[in-house]
Amino acid sequence: MAQTTLPGATTGKKERHIAEILAEKQQSISISEFFTKNRHLLGFDNPRKALLTTVKEMVDNSLDACQEMKVLPEIKVILEETSPDKYKVTVEDNGPGIVRKQIPNIFAKLLYGSKFHRLKMSRGQQGIGVSASVLYGQLTTGKPVRIISKIGPTVKSHYFELHLNTKTNEPEIMKDEEREWENKDHGTKVQIELEGKYQQGKLSVDEFLQLTSISNPEATIIYKGPNAEAVEFTRASKDLPREAKEIQPHPYGVELGTLMRMLLDTKSPSLQSFLQNDFCRVSASVAKEICDKSGLEERMKPSSISRDEVEKIFNAIKQIKIMAPPTDCLSPIGEEQMLKGLKKEINAEFYAAVTRAPVVYRGFPFQLEVAIAYGGDLPKDEFARVIRYANRVPLQHQPGACALTRSIIQTAWKNYGISQSKGTLPTGPIVIMVHMASVWVPFTSESKEAVASYPEIIKEVRLAIQDAGRKLASYIRKNVRAKEQQERIGLFEKYIPELAASLATLTGEKKSEIEEELLKILKKELKGLLVEVKEAEKEEITPDGVAYGEKQKGLDNE
Amino acid sequence: MSKEDSKNALKDLGAKIVHQVKKGKNPEMVFPLRNLSNIVYDKKSKTLKLGNKTGTRSFFNVAHSKKFLQTVEVASVIKDKLLDSGKHSSLRDVFYMVKKTIPGTKVNLVDDQTESDKAIEDLEVMTGISREEMHVNANKNGSVAGKVIIEDRGDTIDWSKLGSGGWSIPSNVEEITFKKVDAKYVLYMEKAAVWERLNEDKYWQKNDAIILASQGQTTRGIRRLLQRLYEEYNLPIYVCCDGDIYGAYIYSVIKYGSIALSHASERLTIPSVRYIGITMDDIEKYDLKKHFITLDEKDYARIKQVSEYEWFKDNKDWQRQFKMMKEFKAKVEIQALSARGISFISEEYLPKKIKNKEFLD
Repeated sequence: MAQTTLPGATTGKKERHIAEILAEKQQSISISEFFTKNRHLLGFDNPRKALLTTVKEMVDNSLDACQEMKVLPEIKVILEETSPDKYKVTVEDNGPGIVRKQIPNIFAKLLYGSKFHRLKMSRGQQGIGVSASVLYGQLTTGKPVRIISKIGPTVKSHYFELHLNTKTNEPEIMKDEEREWENKDHGTKVQIELEGKYQQGKLSVDEFLQLTSISNPEATIIYKGPNAEAVEFTRASKDLPREAKEIQPHPYGVELGTLMRMLLDTKSPSLQSFLQNDFCRVSASVAKEICDKSGLEERMKPSSISRDEVEKIFNAIKQIKIMAPPTDCLSPIGEEQMLKGLKKEINAEFYAAVTRAPVVYRGFPFQLEVAIAYGGDLPKDEFARVIRYANRVPLQHQPGACALTRSIIQTAWKNYGISQSKGTLPTGPIVIMVHMASVWVPFTSESKEAVASYPEIIKEVRLAIQDAGRKLASYIRKNVRAKEQQERIGLFEKYIPELAASLATLTGEKKSEIEEELLKILKKELKGLLVEVKEAEKEEITPDGVAYGEKQKGLDNE
Repeated sequence: MSKEDSKNALKDLGAKIVHQVKKGKNPEMVFPLRNLSNIVYDKKSKTLKLGNKTGTRSFFNVAHSKKFLQTVEVASVIKDKLLDSGKHSSLRDVFYMVKKTIPGTKVNLVDDQTESDKAIEDLEVMTGISREEMHVNANKNGSVAGKVIIEDRGDTIDWSKLGSGGWSIPSNVEEITFKKVDAKYVLYMEKAAVWERLNEDKYWQKNDAIILASQGQTTRGIRRLLQRLYEEYNLPIYVCCDGDIYGAYIYSVIKYGSIALSHASERLTIPSVRYIGITMDDIEKYDLKKHFITLDEKDYARIKQVSEYEWFKDNKDWQRQFKMMKEFKAKVEIQALSARGISFISEEYLPKKIKNKEFLD
């Protein structure tokens, strides 16, 4: 039997209902409680990850800002330990700066920002936003976020100190003043203090910045960790990434709920104009076809369409052939840039990179890229190092759950001269870089750490690996094998005494005589043996082991 | 072939190489290929034999030199350490006798036993003398019981007086001599557990039979022993295996020879051997369906492969068996017969089959 009153809750006068007590509690649930309860979803599970997430949010924003302004990024990252387990994170960029009235909302209001509502490939899409770090810092240290931003050489910069009101989710301005920012034309500097834990190695801030500099070779990142000298990840390229165009949603990619919301929000007066204006690849005739198929009047007012009718539209879309969305909304790193990024950070003897042509999955365009570094200083007896990226942002957590890792494991690396045990990563001196670029990356969970295993994604990764793998295989065949063969020729001299001894035992002949004769034959045969080896070396490859810009043919229109 | 013959054969091989060396030639050895492409099914003798294809291995060749050296070293060790002193050793011993790091390198002359085993097989095909004649033995495997008396290295052994274990069959049976053989047939079974059943039931005594078993693969020693019993005493040989494709292949190896040992077919195969069971017909007859084990992909692939072997291809009875295996989608073990009574196999199944001559050829 359900109980609706609490005996202990009677105060003498009147019995209170449980619902009433609960209602009181419900009112007091604040943003901060919500945040604390869900921090694992937002990347603040533990102090170590909180520090990494904060740096990541700040750096991603800076890189996005520089890319939009088409300026070569110069980013400074400073970590200082202010007291045990408390850190001050400072990130400064040379981006366009932020106009004064936007600053409080961007930094001290959760879920505010331009990136949520648009279909554009960007880095920042992957986090909940920098304001979560601000809130975390505030909850763990009580300190405000400090921002200074300048939008041009002739204007003064703005300085803010902000708190986030945890009841109303509104910014509280502690300080707002104009300041001089010497020797700075434009840019933003943000400082957040938070409880954190700094560690080097895997999953560290150091690793994140190195990986970021590989996928963004046009950026210079200066980093000063706690108790360490500043290091510079120097720019390796002056080519800015291609500007990713914003696109409207494609009808194939839209979900029922989204379609309902879009119908309510639209400014278009009729169903037909809504379809035509608010989606990509919907011409007047396609729009009409959708209306016909769903049995709805073209001139219907979007806001008057009922739920059942929306479902009819939704089902009609699936039956109509609509041109695939444009793919200029994607900004791949590119083969050349990936090679530059890898070369500057990973010391190897061979590099190869492959950028696949874009493909479309359920109305969402995506594109995969793979690059490989092999040999040199890389450890020979360890598992391959896999570095994963989604929209140029390193994915450091949950490698096992990620489609990108899975594809690598499923590839038969033995075909490319790399050893591999069943069901594991390949073993050998190799770094494998995989990048997925998309306006919508399907992550396995809200923490956005692993790409979901859709067969289309697995397939594209596999095809990219195959292309890169073939280049690697030919390098290994020609260079590594040739080296081995050369070594083997040296072995003949060592084998001769052994053979002579065995033959002497077997036949009773003199060992020294047999040995002498064998050495004579070796001299005679040597030329022929060297030719054998030379043949293998002959088909020379370009100095870097890869022909630049060598795109796959015939796949561009896939 | 005597010990001296074996020694001379190995010595000749060495002498030929030395002769080439003295003439200033890149020394080479020629031997018949032992891969599937060079295996022929000889319809006349009904055995697998090596074809005419040969391979050449020369010392001054990047790809061959180590194998060349291995083969000569193994020959020298066998002559020097075994034949000269009259001792025998195992394949494993030979591996350790040749295993060493070549001075001045990080290269091991042999890295694992398969390499020295291969070298011995190479010597067998090149010289025509068998591994046993080179005094190299494999692990012993298998038991035998029956009313038979033999002599082995001066000891007289009565196979009917060896209790529950029977005589354990050595890998080399060349040097035993039969003193008395009192049996009407030989029954070979795939499983040691079944042999133990028959031995406890004194099957061999009651039925005047010799019972013989291995565990799994039929070794060279067992095959040679079966062949000698057939050739020297004209005893029929019957094979009893699990009702599956692997059982069929065990039978096939005894009857026609194996791919790996095709060069030794003459010394090992027994074309007159017959398959007694478990057949697919037994499944219906003895109601064994409830003991089915479902086939997996590997089983199906093997059925396809075996059914296409040249020596099975035109054999209607066997093709019918293979077809039934696929229809049943299952296999059945010999021990399934125990469901009908623990001694059902020794008291009913086998005697009845032999009496009625229910065999597959």
